[in-house]
Amino acid sequence: MSATTTRSRTDPDTAPSADNTAAAEARPSLLRTLVSSPTVRKLAVLAVIAAVLIPLAHAKWAGAGWPHALTVDVSGPLEKSSDWILDNRDSHWIFLYFFGHISQAIITGVRVVYIALLALGWAGVTAGLTLLAWRVAGVRVAVTTLVSLAVCGVLGMWVPTMQTLALMAVAVTASVVIGGLLGLAGGLSELAFRVLRPVLDTMQVLPAFAYLLPVVMIFGNGVPGAVLATVIYAAPPMARLTALGLRGADAGVLEAVASLGATWRQRLLSARFPLARKELLLGINQTIMMALSMAVIASVIGGGGLGDRVYQALSSVDVGKALAAGLPIVLLAVVMDRTIGVAGERLGAPPAEGGSRLLRGWPAWAGVAVITAVITVAGRLSGSQTWPGGLTVAIEGPVNQFKEWIVDHIYTGVPVVGGTAEWAANYLKWVLDPLREGLQGIPWYGILLIVAALAWLIGTWATALTATAAMAAIGVLGVWEPSMDTLSQVLAAVVVTLVLGFAIGIWAARSARLERMLRPVLDVCQTMPQFVYLIPVVALFDVGRAPAAAAAIVYALPAVIRITAQGIRNVDPSALESARSLGATQGQQLRQVQLPLARPALLLAVNQGVVLVLAVVVIGGLVGSGALGYDVLFGLAQGDLATGLVAGVAIVCLGLMLDRVTQPTARRDRKGA
Amino acid sequence: MATAHNPRRRQLLMAATGVTALLTATGCGAADMSKQSSPYANVGGAKSVTLSVQSWVGAQANVAVAQYLLEHELGYHVDTVQVDEIPAWDALSQGRVDAILEDWGHPEQEQRYVKDKKTIASGGGLGVTGHIGWWVPKYFADKHPDVLNWKNLNKYAKTFKTAESGGKGQLLDGSPSYVTNDKALVKNLDLNYQIVFAGSESAQITQLKQFAKQKKPFLSYWYEPQWLFNQVPMEEVKLPKYTDKCASKGEKDPDSIDCAYPTTPLQKYLNADFAKEGGKAAAFLKKFHWTKKDQNQVSELIASDGMSAQDAAAKWVKAHPDVWKPWLR
Repeated sequence: MSATTTRSRTDPDTAPSADNTAAAEARPSLLRTLVSSPTVRKLAVLAVIAAVLIPLAHAKWAGAGWPHALTVDVSGPLEKSSDWILDNRDSHWIFLYFFGHISQAIITGVRVVYIALLALGWAGVTAGLTLLAWRVAGVRVAVTTLVSLAVCGVLGMWVPTMQTLALMAVAVTASVVIGGLLGLAGGLSELAFRVLRPVLDTMQVLPAFAYLLPVVMIFGNGVPGAVLATVIYAAPPMARLTALGLRGADAGVLEAVASLGATWRQRLLSARFPLARKELLLGINQTIMMALSMAVIASVIGGGGLGDRVYQALSSVDVGKALAAGLPIVLLAVVMDRTIGVAGERLGAPPAEGGSRLLRGWPAWAGVAVITAVITVAGRLSGSQTWPGGLTVAIEGPVNQFKEWIVDHIYTGVPVVGGTAEWAANYLKWVLDPLREGLQGIPWYGILLIVAALAWLIGTWATALTATAAMAAIGVLGVWEPSMDTLSQVLAAVVVTLVLGFAIGIWAARSARLERMLRPVLDVCQTMPQFVYLIPVVALFDVGRAPAAAAAIVYALPAVIRITAQGIRNVDPSALESARSLGATQGQQLRQVQLPLARPALLLAVNQGVVLVLAVVVIGGLVGSGALGYDVLFGLAQGDLATGLVAGVAIVCLGLMLDRVTQPTARRDRKGA
Repeated sequence: MATAHNPRRRQLLMAATGVTALLTATGCGAADMSKQSSPYANVGGAKSVTLSVQSWVGAQANVAVAQYLLEHELGYHVDTVQVDEIPAWDALSQGRVDAILEDWGHPEQEQRYVKDKKTIASGGGLGVTGHIGWWVPKYFADKHPDVLNWKNLNKYAKTFKTAESGGKGQLLDGSPSYVTNDKALVKNLDLNYQIVFAGSESAQITQLKQFAKQKKPFLSYWYEPQWLFNQVPMEEVKLPKYTDKCASKGEKDPDSIDCAYPTTPLQKYLNADFAKEGGKAAAFLKKFHWTKKDQNQVSELIASDGMSAQDAAAKWVKAHPDVWKPWLR
């Protein structure tokens, strides 16, 4: 799998094995089968619970929505604490001696990197990064790096790119260090692992948007808050993968090292870390990708850099400008992904033979440093520190014209299929509105029961409990109705995503050419900041829930396609061969062999689809999707902690519930747990 | 036993010494967040000013011209940050931003930061007056002139219906950062309308332009000065007259408002330290004062002619030296 599955869980134990439910096949007595089937047993237990509790609940709190008597109003205390923070930020010790130092450290760090990058100048930075990529990952990646940096400059985005690089450098370093330390604890101590794992699992499914408000409250708008939100968002995959890598180390090797009399520290450094290097690199890679995507969202709270340019372009409805700032982000992501990917492959392989000795070891590194220094000085002497203004190309005009042309031609009245405006209206009328009314019309205990049943059937009683509790928390906070609205949007968009994703994924698995063609498209869809396409989507689908759904589908589709295609391609060739020898047709092979065997991958695709769609539906508040996303925006815009934080927590709960409901058992209790 | 404890105690002691040394080295401990500026500010020895740009284009026009003059006439480096209105007050108070050039009236924040904490200083008026209201497109108002009175709005509710408005008429609202009483107005005036929040001004503008292209009727929350009027001519719907009585009632209970929006003279605000020590830049920003017509000229160059903010500012500056020369004196 290549670039930037922003939040894919590519850890070794995600591949859940097909399990228990398949047990009930062709047994003698139907009754006994029923009793022995865990599915039926679970349903029976739930039915009993429901039979007892529902009449009670119905008698006391009838009606569809969450009963008002069961809500807790937290707005008073939240408003008070927000006032307190604003009044005491420049005087109370906790700000002066704790948060103040964190903030100062971040500012200093970003500033040092930024000054260094500016001092190197465009010539020095380009040369240095290209040579670095060449040393670590070879000529091809070096060329990609060179071209990408040149494009950033040509687009007139050099300074914002450097600001983003500086911010990223600090945020990624902090994420890797913090995540690595947490992972180390989890990898070495069983207790720490048990405590950390559910927390990290949860943090990975939360939409980035939900992290912004609490951070803004304490640190205010600006770079420190942006870096901190990024670290909170990007550190968990590092921690997860480090812990998993350390725990997965071959016991035999560890035993051997121990028997050689190695001390604890020697064992860690000489055996455990090297054995876990693949996971560590994967962790760093995921951390970088997540940090990049957050760098854009953090522009809402004053992160600056490329994200801010995209955000500013958004406000003047300038798609061309947004694209000019969005492209460097895509390029940065591709370069870092490829560099680390190739470096990871090389780590595993034995050092290449041949080649001059000068190209290996410290002389090469010294060479890199010297060449960079020379080019830096040359750049300085030639005058310009930032990218020369004459060497830029404005892509805004043509891009905007192209967008206008598209909108004019597909907005309405396209023969046979109808225009996008009609699609949007039909989608709202026939899908979203009935679904929303349905969800808001089902009694609250009904929803809780459905959630519990789904989560339990696919997972364990613990996941069921978490999911139900998360759902109940939404009710208690008094945001049941908007949450059902958001939920309906997520469900509808997920269905569309899965139908499209499975279809394209199956097709791609069967055609290598299609897969090759899709790859760059998927890379771009996954790394392009959603802000870039949110606004043109409004022109096509009209303000409301439809454009949010469209954006969510664009964002979630690549992950679903990739996981599906990979799952189907990884099906054991011998199983396929034997089906073919029995004379199965293409369709039969697909339906009876490939799809059933790829079931774990398909389930993972569902889970990813749900989580990714939720993340974007929430951002859809910016284009009129309303509900929880709008409330978070409102909270951020008005400094209204009560509205924003409650909506943020509700999003967290929804994410938690959706993840648990779509999460196969195996991930939790097989290997590694 | 004592010997077993000793090494650990020594370690503890060393750690404590280390931490103390670290704290001393970092400047006696206190780090006031309200005194920390942007990491991108003042790099390379240049004097720098950070301006807050709000999301609407009029505000971008103010900033573009101020930035152009600061950079080309006074030799400053200018950083701009896009922040929503209320967070911008907070950022201004912390010194992450040096100035806001267009504020639409936030009495609560003014009380807190200008009067109580004195971390923000008033920078005087911008010279432009702002007005919020409800608007319909001119092509629609010409055919149905009676829509311009709020009393007739219910008659047109069906006309303004969209897929999102659930059988009622749609009143399109914009960004969550804007001042709005629309919920109260719809309720108190008994209007058969559903407010649809576009969630951002850009989404709202995109939608309005799309409506206008299709010549569809719409009713929207909007404000002037705004460049969009040049592309999509609109007429204001008369709401019940704004009175002091209604305003004081609204101050006590925002849900009771049942009259139009006031007309607001837009204000500039400066970080208090910057106002005192900001030298020429602060003096210049205090004097910055222009008209609605000036602002609209720049806004339109940016938003509809697709010029970069800096090019638009340059063009305007070249054409109107009589307006900006006095700001530099």
